[in-house]
Amino acid sequence: MIAQKLNRRGFLQAGATAAGGLMIGFYLPERSPMGAQTPAPAAVPSKLNAFVRVGADDSVTLMIHKSEMGQGTVTSLSMLLAEELECNWSKIRTEFPGVEPAYAAGGMMGAYGSLSIRTSWQPLRQAGAQAREMLIAAAAQKWGVDKSQCKADNGSVVNSASSAKLSYGSLADAASKLPVPTGIKLKDPAQYRLIGTSMKRLDTASKVNGTATFGLDIKRPGMLYASLERCPVFGGKVASFDASKAKAVPGVKNVVEISNGVAVLADNTWAAMEGRKALTIQWDEGPRANTSSASLRQMFMDLTAKPGAVARNTGDSAAAMGGAAKKLEAVYEAPYLSHAPMEPLNCVAHVTADHCEIWAGTQIQSVAQQTAAGITKLPPDKIDIHTEYLGGGFGRRGGADFIGEAVEIAKAVSGTPVKLTWTREDDLQHDTYRPASYTTFAAGLDADGWPVAFTGRVACPSFGGLRNGVDSTGVEGIVSITYDIPNTHIEYHPPDAGIPVSYWRSVGFSQNCFFMESFLDEMAAATKKDPVEFRRRLLSKDPKNARYLNVLNIAADKAGWGKPLAAGRFHGVAVVNNLGSYNAQVAEVSVTGGKVKVHRVVCAVDCGQVVNRAGVAQQIESGIVYGLSAALKIGITFDHGRVQQKNFNNYDPLRIDEMPVVEVHLVDNHEGPGGIGEASTPSIIPAVTNAVFAATGKRIRSLPIKAADLV
Amino acid sequence: MAAVKFTLNGKAQNVDVQAQMPLLWVLRDTLGMTGTKFGCGIAQCGACTVHINGQPTRSCVTQISTVAGKSVTTIEGLSADGLSHPVQRAWIEEDVPQCGYCQSGQIMTAAALLTKAPNPSDADIDESMHGNLCRCGTYQAIRRAVHTAARYRRASIAFVEKGATA
Repeated sequence: MIAQKLNRRGFLQAGATAAGGLMIGFYLPERSPMGAQTPAPAAVPSKLNAFVRVGADDSVTLMIHKSEMGQGTVTSLSMLLAEELECNWSKIRTEFPGVEPAYAAGGMMGAYGSLSIRTSWQPLRQAGAQAREMLIAAAAQKWGVDKSQCKADNGSVVNSASSAKLSYGSLADAASKLPVPTGIKLKDPAQYRLIGTSMKRLDTASKVNGTATFGLDIKRPGMLYASLERCPVFGGKVASFDASKAKAVPGVKNVVEISNGVAVLADNTWAAMEGRKALTIQWDEGPRANTSSASLRQMFMDLTAKPGAVARNTGDSAAAMGGAAKKLEAVYEAPYLSHAPMEPLNCVAHVTADHCEIWAGTQIQSVAQQTAAGITKLPPDKIDIHTEYLGGGFGRRGGADFIGEAVEIAKAVSGTPVKLTWTREDDLQHDTYRPASYTTFAAGLDADGWPVAFTGRVACPSFGGLRNGVDSTGVEGIVSITYDIPNTHIEYHPPDAGIPVSYWRSVGFSQNCFFMESFLDEMAAATKKDPVEFRRRLLSKDPKNARYLNVLNIAADKAGWGKPLAAGRFHGVAVVNNLGSYNAQVAEVSVTGGKVKVHRVVCAVDCGQVVNRAGVAQQIESGIVYGLSAALKIGITFDHGRVQQKNFNNYDPLRIDEMPVVEVHLVDNHEGPGGIGEASTPSIIPAVTNAVFAATGKRIRSLPIKAADLV
Repeated sequence: MAAVKFTLNGKAQNVDVQAQMPLLWVLRDTLGMTGTKFGCGIAQCGACTVHINGQPTRSCVTQISTVAGKSVTTIEGLSADGLSHPVQRAWIEEDVPQCGYCQSGQIMTAAALLTKAPNPSDADIDESMHGNLCRCGTYQAIRRAVHTAARYRRASIAFVEKGATA
């Protein structure tokens, strides 16, 4: 588990080292990206460190170095800083800074892998404490007293002997000139005032009145609007094109060819889209023009007939399987999936001979900068990245393909700012997808029905790089199980499918938890064992599974597992240990007329130290909705090398009338914080499909659930 | 090009654009009012919802020529201070938005619902808000907030009526 996470980060880290370089942060006084928060300070505030600035007017500006895509970083990172800074919460304002080494974790500045809290937990509390100590030292100097006589409290330093008070604003300038203290002792959990409470999000006001600025909302003087026609087949390229009709469309100003297509530039977005429709392009579709879902499935299936690279081996599964009283076999499949964030991808780029400026909703600023550097041939310190709010990320905005396209177009019309806007059709048909997977499992059970052997062979396209032939993202959630099964053997194949793939909320767990927790249910059902009892027994031997077992017990208890349900309602359970967090879910479903309805979901979560309770609950709900779409509704399919889904009419995620009641129960402890943004997406899927089995006796082994699977 | 006159957030507005240009892009690109969002372009996600003569309407498929003489309200014009409409107050109280991108559309749809159904049930909410997608999954919070907004709205109407008769 830990090794896999390091591997994923290591992969990203390797990308960062290639660019290196130092970026100077920028300050954008004319427009706060946070919209309607506390007004901008009247004068430039004093910088106490990379994260904290204090204005003479007592405003406190916190630098939020992890993109806000809904997961609540603006609020939770502010809580970490404010906990130690002892500032007045109502005077906080926040900004998204540019790329600087101080904002990089593991060499990369970005928000990915549910790592924002985990990588900020120590440095941000330390930064808050550092700024506080500098303000205290400035006050002590002013009063001519010892620091030990001064205490920080709610935005002021108080002289405990005289009860005199100096506001942070009045101390900021002096404090910023003092030496920076290090290694300050941080609060014990018992002293937390903010951490572990429920704080309201700082970005809500700007998101209910239209003032929050997303990438798509950026407008620069003289800017042109671009729409890009790409080859409908992955890997294809332009053979020739005729732009004469496009240029005749009112509002169209220019047509330029870039490395992956033809862009139409106009004086508004709609004109660019209309001009694009009028392009005549001959494509060289390349070798993937005959790819179909059936041909890909056959490729994956053929691979699993052959031995693959060994991803996990414990004991002697062949011998144990041979001696088993009962044997089970099953094939599990999951489709390609598109991320489909609500805000279509977009980027504003302004390229000149010696400078490149980018405005975008990006999850990984460092990758955006490296991508632009590669295209413009400018050094990274000549490339400014302005991060805007992200209208959803889910992994999609970790890539920089859309940023590279905008930079290429802007380079072609050097000196003119360009906004590239993807359509929803572009988004679904040119994503970097959650890879499909075709996985074969076998299990051997002893005479009492307990598993003695578990084997699997996974065919899942790689995107994390291979180590000893294995992409850890393709097998995570299978090789990482901690159930008491003495003999296991898992193999892996990376099919060369030619479909671009990348991280999709919860990555390999998104399909592998469905496979694993469903097959575990099959093992339980083989000798009619209760699914919760079965898991309890397999988790109770190793004391390292205590947190795992605890969330299982809480979810079962709160859901009323084993107690009578309303007529036609059935329970399913699943557990997962991902991102340093544990969660168990019980789904209550009914199946009528070939349709699955999820009524209620109970989720117990142990993510270690909670920072914002309300934020954790939001993310658990959010992840469940994201997973439910995959369980019940969406899938990407291919024909003649083309994605068949075009828009939300045939890639239709969960809607409000399909939303179950979700209850979240948090375990309180002070273990190191785990990730939460992706934690609940994997386990909802098998919780639902296991409930469908309870309801119908039909085992769902392929997603999304289809009416034909239920009869 | 076509000159189109309409009322936008209570004020007279003239634009001179292509007659087929969708209202969404007139608002966003021509007038610089970016609170109304682009999500799908084919009336499937509701992110672009505005009110036209009080009716919730998908601005991405509404040609500007059809808006002539009508009254358009966008998220920017829902309340004078941008925060005091009962739906906005409820959205703040329940902390509904996550990424926030779909929320202008959600709020405009909810505001229109409450003028028709001052005390909506969960089923009413689901039915009228079915067309507004949210990928962050704020649906449970939206249901809660619509009930809260309905309460705020009834209280403010009662307050106004009481004030009028006092």
